[in-house]
Amino acid sequence: MREIETSGAGESNGSPLLETRALTRHFRIGGLRGQTLHAVDDVDLVVHEREIVAVVGESGSGKSTIVRLLAKVYPPTRGDVLFQGRLLREIRSRRDILAYRGNVPMVFQDPYGSINPVHIIGYTLLRGLKLHQPSLSREAREREAVRALEEVGLVPGVQMMAKYPFEMSGGQRQRVGFAQALSYKPKLVLADEPVSMLDVSIRIGLLNLMVRLRSAGISFLYITHDIASARYISDRIYVMYAGQVVEHGSTDDVLHHPVHPYTSLLLSAVPDPRVPISVAATDIGEPPRVVDPKDGCRFRWRCPMAVETCSYVTPKLEPMSAGHDAACHVMSRLPLPSYQATLRSSRQAPPSRGKGKSNR
Amino acid sequence: MATAILEVRSLSVDYLTSRGVARAVADVSFDIGKGEFLGIVGESGCGKSTLLFAIAQLLSPPAEVASGTVLFKGLNMVRMSEKEVRAMRWRDYSVVMQSAMNALNPVTTVGAQFADAMRAHGHRNKANIRERSREVLSLVGIDAVHLKSFTHQLSGGMRQRVMIAMALLFSPELILMDEPTSALDVVAQRSLMMQVKDLQRRLGFAVIFVTHDMSLVSNFSDHVMVMYAGAVVEFGVTRQIFDEGRHPYTQGLLEAYPSVYGTKLHLEGIPGSPPDILDLPAGCYFHPRCQKVMPRCAITRPELYAVDGEHVRCFLYETTEGACARD
Repeated sequence: MREIETSGAGESNGSPLLETRALTRHFRIGGLRGQTLHAVDDVDLVVHEREIVAVVGESGSGKSTIVRLLAKVYPPTRGDVLFQGRLLREIRSRRDILAYRGNVPMVFQDPYGSINPVHIIGYTLLRGLKLHQPSLSREAREREAVRALEEVGLVPGVQMMAKYPFEMSGGQRQRVGFAQALSYKPKLVLADEPVSMLDVSIRIGLLNLMVRLRSAGISFLYITHDIASARYISDRIYVMYAGQVVEHGSTDDVLHHPVHPYTSLLLSAVPDPRVPISVAATDIGEPPRVVDPKDGCRFRWRCPMAVETCSYVTPKLEPMSAGHDAACHVMSRLPLPSYQATLRSSRQAPPSRGKGKSNR
Repeated sequence: MATAILEVRSLSVDYLTSRGVARAVADVSFDIGKGEFLGIVGESGCGKSTLLFAIAQLLSPPAEVASGTVLFKGLNMVRMSEKEVRAMRWRDYSVVMQSAMNALNPVTTVGAQFADAMRAHGHRNKANIRERSREVLSLVGIDAVHLKSFTHQLSGGMRQRVMIAMALLFSPELILMDEPTSALDVVAQRSLMMQVKDLQRRLGFAVIFVTHDMSLVSNFSDHVMVMYAGAVVEFGVTRQIFDEGRHPYTQGLLEAYPSVYGTKLHLEGIPGSPPDILDLPAGCYFHPRCQKVMPRCAITRPELYAVDGEHVRCFLYETTEGACARD
């Protein structure tokens, strides 16, 4: 893994907080025929301290599988995960697993389904604390729960503790999800589409909360299909397609100078009132099913630039510039100045409309 | 506005709940002309889907139309019997639901469902039915072999396309769409929107498109209606609303979208959350969350005021002649 830290927020002195090495997960499907679905293939992912790392891609690209592998929901088929230099597969005892999950908690997508509806919020929070922070006394747990609730903006915390989930709005419930994760004093929060179920006017508040928590020293792995929100909060970004990372780099680099054609396609599809619609999209957005894949680029069927090599050789991540990698035969073969020229001519310049809200 | 094919006048819808009567749609009026594209945007619970269902005469208890009329091709659909509406539904107007997986029948093939809809409207000839089914599938870019497919064999994007194909069976003049793209990825979403727009240009039907994602309709709709807590807060030409949204809520919604272009700005969104429609605040429903709130907003409810060709429910735009006629 080439890892040159370019983002300002990541303070990487020494080893990263979390690292995956050739992380792979296959699922067997199709009974007797014994087909294999390649959900995640050879993913090298790094998260430093105080860093928000976004993983973007369409459904079926394997981004949620990565989160589940990191949360030890199931073991990887191949490859390793290291948390603070320690191999995840060596974390085996119940005590160690609980401690790991306290350090690396998860925030789920659906705030309506992820909180037990028959218990008050306080019960949910205290129960988690009892499991993940067993050394705390009863009073300390209560203090911790109230502190976490107030940290995410649910004030007064003491009153919030006594509420049932149905008494709260979707945005408040998702804040409870964050409070639960925070109460364990985590190092890294795995956030799997944490805002996609929420109303637009509330989303941005939670994104701002994540940014605030980053300055308090917490890292996030932010899984999303919404590139605009990834740009808004993340320091680095991994673009996934069909189980593989196709482009990676600092968020600004990747989104301003996308190299991989898939990244460009994703960017051009983002609805934005400030940008007039680009060329007629002929791509109908069929996500690939990666069953028993052969060698070759998995994006080639949808790629406007595919050449013959793409059908036989799987492209590897190659450095494009410092800290910016992409897996594309066509783009990496060109010398640097000319590929940037190709990009410039093929993409429409983001127009800056002069007036009012459009001017941002 | 050219000849309107649909005229909605003072339409209100109530939900009769155990906690009282909740007015989910309050006094909504608008026209839609032939081949026009209207986007209705708002957050969950603002009444946008209820409004769509009320227009389609698909409300079921505890929801009911409390007052107002829906004139479609000169007929008041609110007063029509279920039998009369049934003859029109799908033939003259059709509905595309949010979740195609739930709207399509999982145990029969696509072709059987198409045939079912056609038989319900008196088409008996099998060859004709097959012919038309192939035609509409090719309109949405799906191979006719999928008439033999079950819905679980199709991807999410294809299912939505099948729904749209089904809505086109009788070449209706109006198609009501309830968040048809919300389960899709960005690329599939963009592609579906382009296709809907293209079909609309070719076939000339009008579209009412309900969505929570304001930016989605920005490039496609002619008019946009912004709803909040059951009421229209802003209604006007799409480009105008996106360039200079007037209502503080509209402005807040526009501010709530981070962009992938331009400089990265800190956004604030809208503080608080949408109100409970059983317990609406006095005065303007939006005033507890409004950045530009004035003392009178907490007491009196603003009317829709006409400003520069659009309608805004906010005292900031109060006109001397008072509340405007709505069209």
